[in-house]
Amino acid sequence: MTTKLEMYKTADNSKITTWFKAAPVSALPENGGACIKYKDLQIAIYKFSRRNEWYACQNLCPHKMQMALSRGMIGSEGDEPKVACPFHKKTFSLKSGQNLNGDCAAIATYPVKVEEGYVYVGFED
Amino acid sequence: MTRIVVIGNGMVGYKFCEKLRASAPASDFKVTVFGEEPWPAYDRVHLSAYFSGATADDLLLAPRSWYEEKDIDLRTNELIVAIDRDQKTVRSHTGVETSYDKLVLATGSGAFVPPVNGVEKKGVFVYRSLEDLDAIIDFGKKNAKSAAVMGGGLLGLEAAKAVMDMGLDTHVIEFAPRLMPRQLDEAGAAILKAKLEALGIGIHLSKNTKQITGNGKLTGLDFADGSRLAVDMLVISAGIRPRDELAKGCGLATAPRGGLVVNEFLQSREDKDIFAIGEVASYQEMVYGLVAPGYEMASQVANQLCGKEVRPFLGFDMSTKLKLIGVDVASFGDPFGEAEPSTSIVYENKTRGIYKRINVSKDGKRLLGGVLVGDAAAYGILLQMTQNKMPLPPDPEDLILGARGGKEPAGAGVESLPDEAQICSCENVSKGAISNLIKIDGISKVDEIKSCTGAGTGCGGCMPMVNDLLKQQLKAMGKQVKNVLCEHFEYSRQELLDLVKVKKIKTYDELLNRVGKGDGCEVCKPAVASILASTWNELIVKQDSIQDTNDRYLANIQKGGTYSVVPRIPGGEITPEKLIVIGEVAKKYKLYTKVTGGQRIDLFGARVDQLPDIWEELIHAGFESGHAYGKSLRTVKSCVGSTWCRYGVQDAVSFAIQVEERYRGLRSPHKLKGAVSGCIRECAEAQSKDFGIIATEKGWNLYVCGNGGSKPQHAKLLVTDVDSATCLKYIDRFLMFYIRTAEPLTRTATWLNKLEGGLEYLRDVVVNDSLGIGEELEREMAFMIQTYACEWKEVVNNPELRAKFRHFVNDTSGDPTVSFQEMRGQKIPAS
Repeated sequence: MTTKLEMYKTADNSKITTWFKAAPVSALPENGGACIKYKDLQIAIYKFSRRNEWYACQNLCPHKMQMALSRGMIGSEGDEPKVACPFHKKTFSLKSGQNLNGDCAAIATYPVKVEEGYVYVGFED
Repeated sequence: MTRIVVIGNGMVGYKFCEKLRASAPASDFKVTVFGEEPWPAYDRVHLSAYFSGATADDLLLAPRSWYEEKDIDLRTNELIVAIDRDQKTVRSHTGVETSYDKLVLATGSGAFVPPVNGVEKKGVFVYRSLEDLDAIIDFGKKNAKSAAVMGGGLLGLEAAKAVMDMGLDTHVIEFAPRLMPRQLDEAGAAILKAKLEALGIGIHLSKNTKQITGNGKLTGLDFADGSRLAVDMLVISAGIRPRDELAKGCGLATAPRGGLVVNEFLQSREDKDIFAIGEVASYQEMVYGLVAPGYEMASQVANQLCGKEVRPFLGFDMSTKLKLIGVDVASFGDPFGEAEPSTSIVYENKTRGIYKRINVSKDGKRLLGGVLVGDAAAYGILLQMTQNKMPLPPDPEDLILGARGGKEPAGAGVESLPDEAQICSCENVSKGAISNLIKIDGISKVDEIKSCTGAGTGCGGCMPMVNDLLKQQLKAMGKQVKNVLCEHFEYSRQELLDLVKVKKIKTYDELLNRVGKGDGCEVCKPAVASILASTWNELIVKQDSIQDTNDRYLANIQKGGTYSVVPRIPGGEITPEKLIVIGEVAKKYKLYTKVTGGQRIDLFGARVDQLPDIWEELIHAGFESGHAYGKSLRTVKSCVGSTWCRYGVQDAVSFAIQVEERYRGLRSPHKLKGAVSGCIRECAEAQSKDFGIIATEKGWNLYVCGNGGSKPQHAKLLVTDVDSATCLKYIDRFLMFYIRTAEPLTRTATWLNKLEGGLEYLRDVVVNDSLGIGEELEREMAFMIQTYACEWKEVVNNPELRAKFRHFVNDTSGDPTVSFQEMRGQKIPAS
């Protein structure tokens, strides 16, 4: 397990080789996030219950290298879904991964799908 | 290149340099400035801030580097002792001679010391320069418990505030039968006197000081009427005397009451190359002892030298508004209505300490002047109406009473002013200039207006009008000026709290569905969570994903992603058995331990999955949550009090425990801290808390709205000598009123600073129940107290809630990236 940023690369929906069965839907809080372990990676998954959408990104906040994004509050800026790191409230788009309120590095995002009560996260292995 | 020498580097001398450099290229004028003090020019108007912690650097109008950048040769610590008008040179005390083409005298004034026997005694000071202040502070700290200020005018009351801030028993001595005799009429001065006396300041009027007594060091004052006053220190602030000795020395005419005689172009009568500005200038036997006329003179002379057209100086309006020891006082135009036949309209409310008087011309068409004490909010507009000879509304009393019967007062808003109306008199900024900045340059922030025009950077008295003007202009342009929480709620926190109560809304989602839009964000979620908790007091982890991470996991997140745990130790009192339990728990879970500033113990380095186990053990031993993670009551610190301490007059520990247990878990807009001290020595530092209680022989003094942090602020005295039940009642009302009305993440000190009417208004609401909501606030607090439950106890006993405390949802292991290193025998996060 590592906190190295280079480990996290945005996965393109069209190039997914592995759909990892992460957790049952019931394990995730409504309108909130949780962290899953996939190999050496920590991935934050968010359930936007209000718009029935799912997002996933690296758990590592690039600002101060803290494993914390899954514990952040989620919400929207305009239409853009976002998460705020609990440490210093840096916000990141969950679509593009861009830092919305500063000039931190972008975070890696991953596609999510839900099938038969389970959440799957896509990786390009 | 014209050589300009400026003698004096005070506020007016500095303003001259600023205006000259702003109006002409630096290559036109070689500027040399002499200042006798060691510092560059500083803000003398706010000198008393020096006593409440401002440093000399904070008060500087510009740093030394500014003078370098502007190519101004600033020579501090250099006193000019002579002017040679034939050679056109000045000589300094070191003997150095400097030539000039134009000479500007800005030497200001010194303190006027009345000829009283004994002024040379130790412990007698004047209040004028930073050096005087250093001497006062030094002497006051070591040698004085009480102090008298000689002089009940503007400066004298400023000085009184300063010595009061030092914690000294304070007295003011005035020769005239009323305070501020040049600005206030008898009734207004009486209200001011009552207000100052309520703050504990002794006011002694009609006192002619005969002699200062004491053998070497003063011990008191003897008055001509035979009475005496025993004090350890005397600060003389009885008026100013222009520093015109240089003018006299070179044969220039000076006025009988001091000051270099100048014409309407501020030139000496005898020598057209010598100008005088500020308090050293005497125009038609008048010396202008305020900063605004000094600034006007400075820019007038700067403009003349640059060859610009100037208006002759024909006197200056001496209207003034200031906050004296927390009391608003204003005087404008002709305050006494004596210059021409007039009628006065007077409003007086002795209970609330408010006095307002306006003088209206005999024909009822113009406002001539007036006096405001206790509430000077209308000053700006009344001054404008006077200066611009604006037509009065049909019922002029509306101007001071407000419109009755639901109408807006006619012509009383900033919008009714003409564009040429002067908003900032210190910097001479007109309404039109500010309006254009907003309309044409698109400026929408007060700070930008300040930096572009200088408005509000002098005495600051015009800031309410600048704010109103900005709001009104933006509104006229159709821009949103409403105070809203964020893009998801078009309401302020206070409005949302009312909506939650009225519509009985208990969840964030319901509120968002009914009155909001979008998906929320990190601003509105915790703010609404706090509102819901302050209203319904339900277990916050039931809506865990709207809580900030600390409230979501009921612990404080620290570097490396682990959490710290703080059990409540009310009043800082703990048995040896419980101390041992904390030690054992810390040892078992290998936690770093540290004593906090709030008299309790913080256990660091717990993984999120360990939190419920740690708390299970703590709760078993009788501990409960300390809410160190919440925007809620933290601790009520105490000194040991009368049970052990030989000085204590009340049992501070017992009362602190009672208070802490009363408000434990109370969620609020920001964190809350309290303290109880058992005597005047104040070992619990209660005056730095949101509410601080200090024991007296008769009961308790209650202070409110203090805080430490990056901008420390002392708490202010709300009531004195109340019993325990009354003290709790007022804290109940105070806290609930704060919870109801504060913006999110606003500490009580900031809240009070922004609260219109300030401490007086707060006291009216809390103590005098002026809004009639006292009982309602108490009922709401009683509900919070009754429904309190320890959050950790509920989590520990609820398997479903307990299951949320894990790092991965698909693996039972903890965060594998967490690692530690050792320091002084304990662990810290690995770097």
